[in-house]
Amino acid sequence: MSRKSFVLTMALLTAAIPCFAQAARDYVSIVGSSTVYPFATVVAETFGKTSRFKTPKIESTGSGGGFKLFCGGIGVAHPDITNSSRAIKKSEIDACAANGVTDIIEVKIGYDGIVIANAKKAEQLQFSRKDLFLALAKNVPDPKGSEKLVPNPFKTWKEVNSDLPNTAIEVLGPPPTSGTRDAFVELAMEGGCKKFDWIAAKEKEDEKQYKSICHAIREDGAYVEAGENDNLIVQKLEANPNAVGIFGYSFLDQNTDKVQGLMIDGVAPSFEAIADNSYPISRPLFFYVKKAHVGMIPGIKEYLHEFVSEKAWGEEGYLSDRGLIPMPVAERTAVAQDVKTLRVNVSRH
Amino acid sequence: MNELVPPKPKTIDLVNASLAKRRASERLFRGIGLISIMMALMFLFMLFYSIVSKGYTAFRQTHIQLEVNFDQQLLDPAATRHHDVLSSADYSSLVKASLSKLFPDVTSRNEKRQLHGLVSAGAAYQLRDMVMADPALLGQTLQLWVPADDDVDMLIKGHIDRDGPETERRLRDVQIAWLDQLAAQEKLSLKFNMLFFANGDSREPELAGIWGALMGSIYTLLVTLLLSFPMGVATAVYLEEFAPKSKWVDLIEVNINNLAAVPSIIFGLLGLAVFINFMSFPRSAPLVGGLVLAFMTLPTIIIASRGALKSVPPSIREAALGVGASKMQTVYFHVLPLATPGMLTGTIIGMARALGETAPLLMIGMVAFIVDIPSDIFDPATALPVQIYLWADSPERAFVERTSAAIIVLLGFLFVMNALAIILRKKFERRW
Repeated sequence: MSRKSFVLTMALLTAAIPCFAQAARDYVSIVGSSTVYPFATVVAETFGKTSRFKTPKIESTGSGGGFKLFCGGIGVAHPDITNSSRAIKKSEIDACAANGVTDIIEVKIGYDGIVIANAKKAEQLQFSRKDLFLALAKNVPDPKGSEKLVPNPFKTWKEVNSDLPNTAIEVLGPPPTSGTRDAFVELAMEGGCKKFDWIAAKEKEDEKQYKSICHAIREDGAYVEAGENDNLIVQKLEANPNAVGIFGYSFLDQNTDKVQGLMIDGVAPSFEAIADNSYPISRPLFFYVKKAHVGMIPGIKEYLHEFVSEKAWGEEGYLSDRGLIPMPVAERTAVAQDVKTLRVNVSRH
Repeated sequence: MNELVPPKPKTIDLVNASLAKRRASERLFRGIGLISIMMALMFLFMLFYSIVSKGYTAFRQTHIQLEVNFDQQLLDPAATRHHDVLSSADYSSLVKASLSKLFPDVTSRNEKRQLHGLVSAGAAYQLRDMVMADPALLGQTLQLWVPADDDVDMLIKGHIDRDGPETERRLRDVQIAWLDQLAAQEKLSLKFNMLFFANGDSREPELAGIWGALMGSIYTLLVTLLLSFPMGVATAVYLEEFAPKSKWVDLIEVNINNLAAVPSIIFGLLGLAVFINFMSFPRSAPLVGGLVLAFMTLPTIIIASRGALKSVPPSIREAALGVGASKMQTVYFHVLPLATPGMLTGTIIGMARALGETAPLLMIGMVAFIVDIPSDIFDPATALPVQIYLWADSPERAFVERTSAAIIVLLGFLFVMNALAIILRKKFERRW
């Protein structure tokens, strides 16, 4: 390398890295839940292709990570919208307020079902939430009948419930960082846990102990953490007909020729059953908007309108093609009204 | 003389006696070596086979031929030819009209929906881009090949079992019948998948492409190269040629070697703390990605460059100094040119490693859904390996083959870069 070109590169470098602050942003920045990500990205893409605005940028950070970034402050360096597979927590509202993020608009977009499935060629099983709790909890009530907890002794489904087949319990599910896992634990595990009256009674006395009983998943190998990749779980189920998997409804929707959704409490995970709330393990999905950014960043308002339009989140909209379960018409109208008027509906109290 | 004492064994006999054993152990060692190489090759072959066999189909995409009438009345009734009017016109109804012309007996609302589902949403964007580029098309009727929906593509490529029960497929029986009809009229065919190379990311598998991710990778690597190469070479030259021997220099050396072994996610955390939180650089920008990867590759480049400088024989330096060159002149005109091939090799290998890196990019927001193609180092962007990661996690089945196809492209780039490093070394390397 000649001396001249060396000097030239050095000069270029010093010119290329001035310390600068970000001046403006002409695209919407969205962070948050990986469950909402497949829906938000479709809306963002349609919005980008059909409007004069740039396509919003969407990062999949998980619900908690999304709120952390979202509550970082007001200004172009911070995201405008965060997606979430659960409602915002009080602690997060406080964290937001501490950084000056006070006017937050909550938008509920629909429902997502959590599916328990096994391979198509395997036997169609039927679980109750109680079965799931007994099969997967770290500690279960003593099978001999006393009101105390013992480490989960069950090795096969038959031991859990005599109606189930005599195969080993092997469940592939998401890791603790996943929102799907949170929802599964809260809806399925806790739902089954409550069926024991003496545990349900603990909810009032000692909520912490109640949660630790109902929410702890066994770690002796019967529950296999299969990573955040739901496609991987589908592939593993196909290879192993004895295993049962836990994942989001949209993956069942795309793979009905490979896996079958199992009935929970007698209800199969179908589009209709999740929509009318008869399927027990379903949860609402949300996103949260920073009102202070509307008007500051071009396109936020228009993106919101695209999201709450009937062609997106309606019964025949493109989001339902992707597996989002729409809300009833009255609820959709109410949420859309909030969005159009930008009504701040998250308060600190 | 005692004749009963056996004669002392000759060395040659001892050697001959142990020969079989020694040969056997040599054979065993060779065998083990051969087996390990065969196993490595086998795994490599399995990897390539699984990627290529899954991915090669993605380079072709099912298209449907439609007769499209660019209806002036529908698109631009006032004949303004204005940019905004043409841009926001309803092109999907053109696609729907031409499909209805092909299947005039489809009338019920539900069946119409299913019929329109055969063609990708991208067809409307394709028509819009054509009209925007050439408004004279208005009023004309053309035969066009438009991309089919990803479910159709999967059926044609055999990834959906057409004989299975209807409820287990994403395509209904009537849709398959229509497709058979189209195929019989030669209006259905697999064509080279241009969109895969020209588009950015998309949630419609048939529209998703790697161009955005590739540009992101290129911008990122450009920043990395511009930073890490001059800095790495300057550091190596100073440490090797000018630095006095002292405890401090030893300490720096040890630390450089340690840095080369630091997990890359740590550099991502550093980038998040320093560049984004402290210096408020934009998130998701190739600038920050490049800075972070530059930190990661610097130690590799420094170590390779120092190796290259060390291999230049001292006689070259002594000769230059002997004819009156200064230390600076010796280094710049004699040592550096001879060490350049080695330095370039190290740099290219460092760059190849940076190209395949995702972990540090996760921390600085480059793992994101970005549709628009980045146009400079400040625009939000992803990188090729990140795109692979995102597609692998998508529910649509058509992304499986696209994931593998993107891996093929990434492997292609890595292969070219490593080949370049070998060619440079072979061509310019001098041995003394």
